[in-house]
Amino acid sequence: MRTNTEIGYDSKIESDAIVTRVDAALNWFRKNSVWPMPMGLACCGIELMAVGASRFDIARFGSEVMRFSPRQSDCMIVAGTVTYKMASAVKRIWDQMPEPKWCIAMGACASTGGMYRSYAVLQGVDHILPVDVYVSGCPPRPEAVLDALIKLQDKIGKQPVLKNLMAVKALQPEPKVEA
Amino acid sequence: MATVQDIEIRDAAARTAQAAEELRDEQGEKMVLNMGPSHPATHGVLRLVLELDGEVIAKADPDVGYLHRGDEKIAENMTYTQFIPYTDRLDYLAPLANNVAYALAVEKLLGIEKDLPPRCQYIRVMCNELARISSHLLGLGAFAMDLGAVTVFLLTFTEREKIYNLAEAASGARFTTSYTRIGGLMRDIPPTWLDQCRKFCDEFLPALNEFEVLLTRNRIWVDRVKNLAVISKRDAIDYGLSGPNLRGSGIEWDLRKTQPCLCYKDLEFDVPVGSVGDCYDRYLVRMEEMRQSVRILQQCIQKIPGGAENKTKEPVNVASGKIALPPKQKVMTKMEELIHQFMLVTEGVNCPPGEIYFGHENPKGELGFYIYSKGGGTPYRMKIRSPSFVNLSIIPKIFPGCLISDTVAILGSLDFVMGECDR
Amino acid sequence: MNSLEQAKKIKIRFGDLVSEPVEFHGDVTLKIADAEKIAEVCRYAKNDLDFDYLVDISSIDNYGDDPRWTVVYHLRGLQRGCELRLKADVSEEKSELPTVTTIWRTADWHEREIYDMMGIRFSGHPDLRRILMWEGYPYFPLRKDFPLAGKPTDLPGVAFTRPAPLEGGPFVTVAGGKDATSREPRIRNPEE
Repeated sequence: MRTNTEIGYDSKIESDAIVTRVDAALNWFRKNSVWPMPMGLACCGIELMAVGASRFDIARFGSEVMRFSPRQSDCMIVAGTVTYKMASAVKRIWDQMPEPKWCIAMGACASTGGMYRSYAVLQGVDHILPVDVYVSGCPPRPEAVLDALIKLQDKIGKQPVLKNLMAVKALQPEPKVEA
Repeated sequence: MATVQDIEIRDAAARTAQAAEELRDEQGEKMVLNMGPSHPATHGVLRLVLELDGEVIAKADPDVGYLHRGDEKIAENMTYTQFIPYTDRLDYLAPLANNVAYALAVEKLLGIEKDLPPRCQYIRVMCNELARISSHLLGLGAFAMDLGAVTVFLLTFTEREKIYNLAEAASGARFTTSYTRIGGLMRDIPPTWLDQCRKFCDEFLPALNEFEVLLTRNRIWVDRVKNLAVISKRDAIDYGLSGPNLRGSGIEWDLRKTQPCLCYKDLEFDVPVGSVGDCYDRYLVRMEEMRQSVRILQQCIQKIPGGAENKTKEPVNVASGKIALPPKQKVMTKMEELIHQFMLVTEGVNCPPGEIYFGHENPKGELGFYIYSKGGGTPYRMKIRSPSFVNLSIIPKIFPGCLISDTVAILGSLDFVMGECDR
Repeated sequence: MNSLEQAKKIKIRFGDLVSEPVEFHGDVTLKIADAEKIAEVCRYAKNDLDFDYLVDISSIDNYGDDPRWTVVYHLRGLQRGCELRLKADVSEEKSELPTVTTIWRTADWHEREIYDMMGIRFSGHPDLRRILMWEGYPYFPLRKDFPLAGKPTDLPGVAFTRPAPLEGGPFVTVAGGKDATSREPRIRNPEE
C-alpha cells in the first residue's frame, strides 16, 4: 500500500472528478498502453506469439497491437538470440523508435547470450541498447513475460516526467537554472 | 597456409544494385528492395534482397545467417547428451521431433537402434507426431495470418496450447523439451498422459475441420495461393527439397515409409502427395499430414506396450549401463552402476570411431545428422543437415515473375524456420 | 545391399581412383583418391546409377593431419532408396576442388556454407560468397584452430543510424541516455 497516494478522491466531495498529479496522469496513460515492437528472433519469438495469442492475452495489459513498425511502438521486446550479424539491424530499429521507449530483454539469449557462448552470438543485447527489464528462462513462460510487463509498468509509473520536462534549462549553456 | 582475401566487401544489396545498373532495362527502371531481416512476414530473421520491375520481382536473393549461433562448433565441445538442449532449438516449432532425430542418430552410431525397448519407441513416435501437428499448425497459422486471415492464427494457437500441455506433462517444459536421451527417454510418461492425448485427438479433428472450412474452399485464399510458385518434380529433386515441399510437387518420398525407424513399420498411415506443386498443394499436403498424424497417435495409444500406467513395468531406456543412466537405487548401492553413472556424466557415452548419417522425417523436411566420431564422448565433427536451409535455396528460382504480395504466400507455403536454417 | 552393389559399380568404373566400399552400420562409404575428379564420379553416379538427390555436403578439418580437409558428399537415389557417401581429401595448400553445382543445383548453398565455415574454395561455383557469416568476416569459424568464443572483428558494415534530427516542435529528447528517465523529452528553450 503506497503512503503517498496519487489520487485524492472522496466520493462525497468530488463525486465525478479525481484529483491527481500531472506526472501520475501522464505515467498512467503511458504504462497502460505499452505497444510492443516484437523483435522475435528465435524460439522466444514463438513464446512471444503465445503471449499474444488467446490463452495468455497480452492485450489485457494494454499491449493491444504488436506493432511491427518501430515508429509506432513503445517497447521493444528482444526475444531470441541476437547474433553479431543481426546486431546492427536491432540497433538500427532501436534508434528509429521515438522517445519514450523501453526495452524488455526476453529470455536467456537476449539477456546474456544464453547457452550460446560462441563466436557468432552477442552476449546480451544490453551491449548495444539499454535494457529495462530482463526476463530469465529458456524460453520464459508466458506468465513470466507478463510479469515483466507488469514490472515495466511499475517502472514507468515511477518516472518523474514533469520534472524532467521542465529541466531543459539544465541542458542550456546559460547557468540560469529553475527547478 | 592459403590466405583468402576478400577485397570487395559489399553486401548483397549493393552488388545487386550495381548489377541492376548494368542490365539492359526494357520496361523501365529496376528497383532494389530490401525485405527483412526484421519483418513481420518473413517467419524469422530472413533477409530478401529483391530486384523489382514495378511490382514484379525480377531477381531474389535470400540472405540467411542472421540466426547463426555456431551449433556445429558447439557440438565439438560438448558430450552427446549435453548437446540435446541445442537440438531443441534447431526447429523450435517442433522440439520433440528434433530430440528424437538426434537421439536416433547417436543410437545409429552406437549400433543400438534395434535394441530400443518397444515402449520407448512408441512414446518417441507419439512425440514425433505431436511435434508434427504442432509445427504444421503454426506454419498454417502464420501462413494464414500473413495473408490476412488472422482468426486462423488465434485458433491454431489454442490447439497448440493443448500440445504444450502434453509436452509439459511428459517432460516438464512446454517447449524446448529435451525429452529424449541416448538410449531412451528422460522419464516415462505420467499415467494420465495417454488419456490426455486421446482427448486431444478427439478435440483436434473438429478443430481441423473448422480450419478447412475457413480456408480450403475460401475464394480469396484459393485465388491467392493457387498456381503460385509451381515447383516441378525435377526442380524439387534437383534443389534437394524434402518434407511437404517435396511431396507437394508429386514425389512420393517419406522417410517414415522408405527408411522406417522406430515402430513406423507397425503403424498404418498414408502419405499425402500433391499433384501440381503450387502453394495450394503444399498447404493441402500439410493439412492432410495432420490428419494422418492423428491417425498414428490413435493407433499408438491403442498399441503401446504397458498401456497408460505401465503396470508391467516396461522399460523406457536401454538396459546397458554404458549408454543410459542406471536406476538410482542401484547407483547408490552397487559399485558397477556407480561407475557407469560417473563415466556417463563426466565423459559421456563412449561411441565407437566411425561416421554415420541419419536422416529423419521432421515436419519441415529431412533433418539429418552426419556424425564423424573418433571415439570418446564428444563428436569430432557434427554436421546438421537442415531442411529449411535447403528449402530456402529454391527461392532464387521460384520468385522471379511473382508480385511482391505473392512473396508472403510463397514464404508461408515453404514453411521454414530460421533457427534450423542457420543453426 | 543395393547401395553396396552401386558402390561396387563405381569401383569397377573408376578403378584406382576410388577405394573399396566400406560399410559401417548400414552406410556405404567410398573414398576418392583425387579430389579433382570428384565431379566426374558424381556425374557418373547421377547419370548412370540414378543418384539424383544430393542430400548433403559436409567438410571435416583433420587438424594436424595432411591432407587437412575432407569433403563428404551424401548421395541418394530416390527410385531405389539407396544411399552412398563419397569422401575426397584436399590439402591445405590447395584448398580447392571442383564444384558439383552443375550436377545438382542444391550443391550451391552447401558449397557456399563450406566456403564460409572452412575456407575451402570450389572452382566453377557461380557465386561463391559467405552465407552464414557476414561479408567481410575475416575468419573461417569451423576450423579447429579457431576458438569457440571467437576472435574480435569489426561488426558488419551496415551503417548505424543516428536518431533523426528534430524537425521543429517544442520538445527535445536526450537520445542515447542510459535509461528512459534520462531520455525523457524536455521542453525546448523558446528562444531557439
